[in-house]
Amino acid sequence: MQTFDLEAQGLRALNQALHNLKGQTNQTAWEVVNPKGSHAIAVGVDAPIDITVRGSTGYYCAGMNKQATIRVKGSAGPGVAENMMSGTVIIDGDASQYAGATGRGGLLVIKGNASSRCGISMKGIDIVVHGNIGHMSCFMAQSGNMLVLGDAGDALGDSLYEAHLFVRGTVKSLGTDCIEKEMRPEHLAIIADLLKRGEADHLAKPSDFKRYGSARKLYTFNIDNASSY
Amino acid sequence: MSDFPHTPPKQSWTYSNDVNAEIRRAAATGIYDIRGGGSKRKLPHFDDLLFLGASISRYPLEGYREKCATDVWLGTRYAKKPIHLDIPVTIAGMSFGALSGPAKEALGRGASAAGTSTTTGDGGMTEEERGHSNTLVYQYLPSRYGMNPDDLRRADAIEVVVGQGAKPGGGGMLLGQKISDRVAKMRNLPKGIDQRSACRHPDWTGPDDLEIKIMEIREITDWEKPIYVKIGGARPYYDTALAVKAGADVVVLDGMQGGTAATQDVFIENVGMPILACIPLAVKALQDLGMHRKVQLIVSGGIRTGADVAKAMALGADAVAIGTAALIALGDNDPQWESAYNKLGTTAGAYDDWHEGKDPAGITTQDPELFNRFDPILGGRRLKNYLKVLTLEAQTIARACGKNHLHNLEPEDLCALTIEGAAMAGVPLAGTNWIPGKNGF
Repeated sequence: MQTFDLEAQGLRALNQALHNLKGQTNQTAWEVVNPKGSHAIAVGVDAPIDITVRGSTGYYCAGMNKQATIRVKGSAGPGVAENMMSGTVIIDGDASQYAGATGRGGLLVIKGNASSRCGISMKGIDIVVHGNIGHMSCFMAQSGNMLVLGDAGDALGDSLYEAHLFVRGTVKSLGTDCIEKEMRPEHLAIIADLLKRGEADHLAKPSDFKRYGSARKLYTFNIDNASSY
Repeated sequence: MSDFPHTPPKQSWTYSNDVNAEIRRAAATGIYDIRGGGSKRKLPHFDDLLFLGASISRYPLEGYREKCATDVWLGTRYAKKPIHLDIPVTIAGMSFGALSGPAKEALGRGASAAGTSTTTGDGGMTEEERGHSNTLVYQYLPSRYGMNPDDLRRADAIEVVVGQGAKPGGGGMLLGQKISDRVAKMRNLPKGIDQRSACRHPDWTGPDDLEIKIMEIREITDWEKPIYVKIGGARPYYDTALAVKAGADVVVLDGMQGGTAATQDVFIENVGMPILACIPLAVKALQDLGMHRKVQLIVSGGIRTGADVAKAMALGADAVAIGTAALIALGDNDPQWESAYNKLGTTAGAYDDWHEGKDPAGITTQDPELFNRFDPILGGRRLKNYLKVLTLEAQTIARACGKNHLHNLEPEDLCALTIEGAAMAGVPLAGTNWIPGKNGF
């Protein structure tokens, strides 16, 4: 276990040390102490390693992660795991705005609640939120899966493309072009897989969820839809 | 009938034929006009400025003997690996998607041969442009189409795009005709749908967030890459100051003549300011912060000639960027395709429906039959030639002003032909010492 004191050693040294691990390494377990809400912790990592951050983080923790498993033993600030490519990011607490924004792959698990715009413009990432998500979540979400065990705020899935949204609780309102859709067996299988990988299979079962997706009415511009924009 | 003379038919200036045609088009279709390119208005521009040249008080440099350097360093503020270009004319960001793969290759070939950089666009980095560009700037856009850390690291600089001159405050739209299999895959979208590009970044809002975002990108790239911030010509004084505050190495400022792949005509023609009005305000912001020449300024929007390059630099820019002119150099709107333009209801020089993907010149299209008409090697050679001419022309003017480097050009080398030009550029009206707006007049 490599222990890194962020307060004493500094952010630049941390990220450089993690970037230096690209390729083969036997330093596969890292612990970051004293994060104290710092921004850009463990960004741009590209190695199959485990990183545990002991405390809460600021903006963009785990940004553009590839391969690594990053666990935050606290809450995460805005843009956690933004544009993640692969790997797993687990937030034990809550996450602020834009969690998983534009994520292209991998799995983001938020064990508390996520704020507004969770999964905005997601492009293939899987996101599991044990609690609730805020307004405008999955805005312009292109692909990937969002599983919410709690409730969703206003305008869920506004201007959605092909991402799959699954919500167990209430949805305050659906965004433009987002509709409830039929739950088919293949979707239940996706949910079961997400519950398992998202450390939530003891909290809910696939049949608890409703599915939401794009009505695809805005895919090509039509003047008769102008009032929707 | 009487022999009294009739009042001759008189067209309305307010309701001109052009205006009436647009009203009829709108009534028939129910949709606003979308087109490519930048503002087509007659705007105050570099044409409104003249160089004074040398005289008794200043002596010139010999045109064919004495050196006039043209190189520029970009990204010297924070980047471990700043960029050094041979000439201060760069190629502006234009997307693969809007442009064909061969057109992107030609831009890379031409820019590299001339010793300058080219820039990706909204759609990610292609192998064509990375492979053929010695220096490639990678745009970081609101859509994040194609964004990934590997391309960030193999870029030579990163340009965070906040806005562009054709549409400050606007996003983009790539119509379904241009969403081929390859474009769709790069953008994670279904083939053939209209693809929207967001007007705001998804994970930051405002200058304080931008500062953190830039820091994150620097951390991902180990502080090696210069980071540009591109802004449209909206509020250049404040936007430049805020970009500097946020940590930019380079500010890219695009006036309303700057092109776009596709935007509403009403947006292009009515939002933003001409580049002439923008440059002095951005330079003033840099000077007020003590950052002029420390944070470099690249300006774009209507750069056509070496005179435009020299005038932009005399007003304080460190370099310029060209987009529309580069496409014309490649062959866009070339009269050789006149019959094809006529079939599309237009004429060479006026073709701007780039978003429809039917470009006879094979540049703004994803149709293989059309883009295979375009030879990227020849296109690259033509672009190199054009860049060389721009540079030679700018050097010619700089030597005439007694300058041994393009960066030594200064506002004192200029006068204005029009009151508007004088007021916007902050240089005296020709034959006077009057700068409108200065000293209370």
